[in-house]
Amino acid sequence: MIVFDKPKSLTDAPLHYCPGCTHGIIHRLVAEAMDELGIEGQSIGVAPVGCAVMAYNYFACDMVQAAHGRAPAVATGLKRADPSKIIFTYQGDGDLASIGTAETVHAAARNENITIIFVNNAIYGMTGGQMAPTSLPGQVTQTSPYGRDTATQGFPIRMCEMLAQLDGASYLERVAVNNVKNVKNAKKAIKKAFQNQIEGKGFSLIEVVSTCPTNWGMTPEKALEWVDEKMIPYYPLGVYKDKYAEEAAK
Amino acid sequence: MKGNEAIAEAAILAGCRHYFGYPITPQTEVAAYMAKRMPKIGGTFLQAESEVAAINMVIGVASTGKRCMTSSSSPGISLKCEGLSYLAGCDLPALVVNVERGGPGLGGIQPSQSDYFQATRGSGHGDFRMIVLAPASVQEMADLTVKGFDLAEKYRVTTMLLADGTMGQMMEPVSLEAPAVTEYDKSWAVTGTNCERKHNIINSLSLIPEELEQQNIERFERYAKIEENETMYEEFMMEDAEIAIVAFGVAARISKNAILAAREKGIKVGLIRPITLWPFPKAPIAKAAAQVKEFISVEMNMGQMIEDVKLAIGCSRPVSLVNRVGGMIPSPEQVLARIEEIAGGNGK
Amino acid sequence: MAKLTFKTDLCKGCGLCVKACPKNLLVLAKDKINQKGYHPVEMTDESKCIACAFCATMCPDCIITVEK
Repeated sequence: MIVFDKPKSLTDAPLHYCPGCTHGIIHRLVAEAMDELGIEGQSIGVAPVGCAVMAYNYFACDMVQAAHGRAPAVATGLKRADPSKIIFTYQGDGDLASIGTAETVHAAARNENITIIFVNNAIYGMTGGQMAPTSLPGQVTQTSPYGRDTATQGFPIRMCEMLAQLDGASYLERVAVNNVKNVKNAKKAIKKAFQNQIEGKGFSLIEVVSTCPTNWGMTPEKALEWVDEKMIPYYPLGVYKDKYAEEAAK
Repeated sequence: MKGNEAIAEAAILAGCRHYFGYPITPQTEVAAYMAKRMPKIGGTFLQAESEVAAINMVIGVASTGKRCMTSSSSPGISLKCEGLSYLAGCDLPALVVNVERGGPGLGGIQPSQSDYFQATRGSGHGDFRMIVLAPASVQEMADLTVKGFDLAEKYRVTTMLLADGTMGQMMEPVSLEAPAVTEYDKSWAVTGTNCERKHNIINSLSLIPEELEQQNIERFERYAKIEENETMYEEFMMEDAEIAIVAFGVAARISKNAILAAREKGIKVGLIRPITLWPFPKAPIAKAAAQVKEFISVEMNMGQMIEDVKLAIGCSRPVSLVNRVGGMIPSPEQVLARIEEIAGGNGK
Repeated sequence: MAKLTFKTDLCKGCGLCVKACPKNLLVLAKDKINQKGYHPVEMTDESKCIACAFCATMCPDCIITVEK
């Protein structure tokens, strides 16, 4: 009996990510959710600019590659064109929380019935490790070589907390993929975000605290530990908004 | 009906059910009309958070193979240029309307034709073209909107309808009929695989130089077909003309008045009016060079199309510019004065 | 009886599975180099494997199939 195998919503294309990069785990969780909900044939994904730009090669569903930060707007067009389709975006922190902040905020404010997978690894990976909107105070990157100085380079943005202020946003949860337990929780959250869309519940965003061993300058194993030591304390895991659960509780 | 409203209603008649826009003068009527009509016919009107978002929403709908559009005015079109480049790179059909105003920068809100360069060559990074249509009447606003959707789908390109504030606000009778819509192959569209086919990918990224080169070459082969088959222009009193005016849009209407006045004075002058600014009607202008002694380019900018006129005739005849800018409109008298200068032998 | 299958040539030798295995049964084979040029993962004693699939759960490249 097969206990674990690659989900069929992933293609056979080998992933181009660096060794130990947890993008691969998150791809798999999205694909598993599509498999389990039986929505691969009805889904259209939107790939970002950044490390996950080639996500269109990895997901077996139809895919669109969007300009940097514009995935939520493209997803809005896709969803409005055919609301019966399941539309998701897969975006990194630079894409979603910097150049695409407006698109993210307004898709949430409209309660656009889409699912956003937001991969936060606190760095621009594809371009070689520059400071991201989510880079931690003091974090050394190529463009914050003396550590992120909040006096001149500002503070990290906690997207889930920020979006939770919007009446529009339906479901916001932050998860991580740095150990088996967290991966299993992340899977639940991602699946729920898709389920919400199927049920017409509107805007769901799952922020996945991820790693970048290469640009963090760590072994993959150490990077997982750094998530626990540095990332999660700044980006606490949990549900930041679940409009329907809140309403049900009333 | 106002020109802007004619665009909107014609788009609906052409089967467009998805409109995304952002408020900007002087194209507001397009959005206002769509906001009223779309909900009643099961379509989408969405006021986006920005021009950038609006054009990317268009990309989303266009990816599914459905007809969609956005409209804006000059500063807003600048913001859309990123999206125009992606539309080209992804080979997606869409209609984009630019009801021009004066620039650069925030400029003014009065009519202008100063986005000619932007529309015909500078509408985003990379090697690409858009079909650019320049209506000169409210009826043409409607007709070219319909035509624009068809051309966009036929060649998988963006069509830009390039009007100006005068055309947008002008009221004229217009006859609107639902056009026969040609169905083009949309097997490239993302509509969900139904797990019955390999996934479709709408994408402009190509990291292998040989492949990217080939894609560009293939795209330009399509552009060559557009130049061959779709160039549109109007000739007015050119049969015996000794002076040719080249003008588009509202400048062409003004020029016609000047031509009629000049003809009354016995001056043989005619007009070549490009309807497609790209592809530019090089052939009729080149042909006219054998017949006329001088060309006049009448424009509401500092002289942009004049470069294409000179290129079309290989600088074989003098070409002078009659223009006003910044929201000012050239008068027929101003054009007539230049015609008379040339006819009287007092040309530059 | 658990059975693990590795798509060894796709392994990037990141070691996340090695860290995840509760029985410490996986190692990176220092004496082997795969097509990609990495030391691939290797099972040391399948008889002790409990098919928990923790390794596969943490594998970013989906190279592990777990059966029991």
